[in-house]
Amino acid sequence: MTAAEVLPVLAFYLFSGVAVTSGLMVVVARNPVRSVLWLILAFFSAAGLFVLLGAEFLAMLLLIVYVGAVMVLFLFVVMMLDVDFAELRQGMSEYLPLGATIGLVLLVQILFGVGAWFASESAPTLRVQPAPSDVQNTAALGNVLYDDYAYLFQASGLILLVAMIGAIVLTLREREGVKKQSIVGQMHRTREESIAVVDVKPGQGIN
Amino acid sequence: MPGYEPTFVSEYLLPGGWILLQCLLLTGAILISLAFLLYMDRKVWAAVQLRRGPNVVGPWGLLQSFADFLKFVLKEIVIPDGADKAVFLLAPMIAFVLAVIAWAVIPVADGWVIADLNVGILYLFAISSLGVYGVIMGGWASNSKYPFLGGLRSAAQMVSYEVSIGFILVAVLLTVGSLNMSDIVRAQDSDWGLLGWYWLPHLPMLVLFFVSALAETNRPPFDLPEAESELVAGYQVEYSSTPYLLFMIGEYMNIVLMCAMTTILFFGGWLSPIPGLPDGVLWIVIKIVVMFFLFAMVKAIVPRYRYDQLMRLGWKVFLPFSLFWVVLTATVMRAFDIAPWASTAAAQALQ
Amino acid sequence: MDELLREYLPILIFLGLAIGLGLVFLIAAAVLAVSRPDPEKNSAYECGFNAFDDARMKFDVRFYLVSILFIIFDLEVAFLFPWAVSFAEIGDFGYWSMMVFLGVLTIGFIYEWRKGALEWE
Repeated sequence: MTAAEVLPVLAFYLFSGVAVTSGLMVVVARNPVRSVLWLILAFFSAAGLFVLLGAEFLAMLLLIVYVGAVMVLFLFVVMMLDVDFAELRQGMSEYLPLGATIGLVLLVQILFGVGAWFASESAPTLRVQPAPSDVQNTAALGNVLYDDYAYLFQASGLILLVAMIGAIVLTLREREGVKKQSIVGQMHRTREESIAVVDVKPGQGIN
Repeated sequence: MPGYEPTFVSEYLLPGGWILLQCLLLTGAILISLAFLLYMDRKVWAAVQLRRGPNVVGPWGLLQSFADFLKFVLKEIVIPDGADKAVFLLAPMIAFVLAVIAWAVIPVADGWVIADLNVGILYLFAISSLGVYGVIMGGWASNSKYPFLGGLRSAAQMVSYEVSIGFILVAVLLTVGSLNMSDIVRAQDSDWGLLGWYWLPHLPMLVLFFVSALAETNRPPFDLPEAESELVAGYQVEYSSTPYLLFMIGEYMNIVLMCAMTTILFFGGWLSPIPGLPDGVLWIVIKIVVMFFLFAMVKAIVPRYRYDQLMRLGWKVFLPFSLFWVVLTATVMRAFDIAPWASTAAAQALQ
Repeated sequence: MDELLREYLPILIFLGLAIGLGLVFLIAAAVLAVSRPDPEKNSAYECGFNAFDDARMKFDVRFYLVSILFIIFDLEVAFLFPWAVSFAEIGDFGYWSMMVFLGVLTIGFIYEWRKGALEWE
């Protein structure tokens, strides 16, 4: 056994172990903010697993989008929600069967997926086919995403548009009596319209 | 290799030790230069205000930062009663660790880089987008009003400017055609010295990047999270001793990292500005110091922004303009049939 | 271990080193410094009065809006990165494909602007 063989395996167990543990802690943690922090750690190790698979672009994307953006939103929501957590926890036993069922369904689906990967006729050839080493995987993704998968790409653009409009419709509230600064108005103010020279007589002032 | 037996020493200890040595060297070099950069920051600030600045410890006060370090270590760690202890201590750790590991992909000379990732710039972008956690967690864990508000503000601010940083990176990457940090520098290597660097074609992006870097690192004039006139010291209010020190080191390391990124993206990294002179690590150090001087000057001479102005600048000016620049760059390259550097280099390599 | 993973190993080692260094700093202060806690010292900072209730309060919904919009634009940037890398390969179709994508999102951006979602009040 050389280091080249041992290290990836060790790294795999490290990352998957951390991912599973922190996934568990997300559910068990008392404080929801801590749950989110554990979730971040889970994403971190998932990124590590992506790297081990050779999908470095996806790993970085996971960090940028999920950890860097989505989790910030989660943290915002969880930090300010005024929920009584003792009350929330009482529901645990109530929702446990439902949660367990969903978990079971997901597990079966994964098993089916993995099973097909082993049972399929073409699987052995697919598995031995190495990824081309001379094309970086960002470039490989870019080469197909924008023309071969143009429709899906445009569809994702539309989804983002809907998300943007939806977020604004749901959260934007016009508040009454807020004074706003008009930048354009400020910049186009002229000397003539804002300054007047008034001859003030002593003892009278300006009326 | 005949007769080659992989042993523990040859397989693990030697390569691992070599990498560890590189990491230690880089970290040590950065930490020590940081001590002097901090000193420089204070001296520049003092000079602008016609003061002397630190001048007691060591000759001309040169050892001031080391004295400060000792002082920090010898101070008591105060953890407020209502604080979430684990998160309270984790926050500065995160800030520090992220600031350190970002340096792994910075090439200081051709081939002198700890991890020459294919997606180096994405790695940097990812790490800098995580930086916001140290601030939010610190603000939240303190369970005190000023840190909480400071943390929130800071999070919204960092997040806002990150978008334009992303677009600026894309604009530069269009001309490079690779995400590798060393490639970005190599793409600027030409016979014209400093005229071949990207500051010239991407001049507006350089300005935008510099200002966004100030906002991203919470430097004045965008230091609203720490605005002492309204928020005392923002998320750092409750911190003392080494946890505070870790925040400070993290912050300054990020600033120097931003200087290094500006250097690599726009000023040709380790390349020499004058054709004929040898390239090397000295150049990148000089460029980073000059960039840091600019950061220090901005701190000294620009008044603080108001929060709504800051958000307006980020979302209404920088975002549309950097997006427009991406489109413009792509259109010009398409119209005049300019290939990105990487594909030209690949074609040359084939011949 | 292929070339790709070889480049990531130093990062793992570097991460370990950074965590170790941070811990050393924390522990150094905990060990070296004299710890004399008292209730005043350990109470949360306030201006001239004792701190009351939990400091973690509700805050403006605008912070959410900012972070949601950030997610959307971050994804947009994420789509741009591979495009920038394979710009030379994908030709005119790829170029126009991205222009349409950006056009759609610019419509969203204009909507945001007109609605005043970017206003901070």
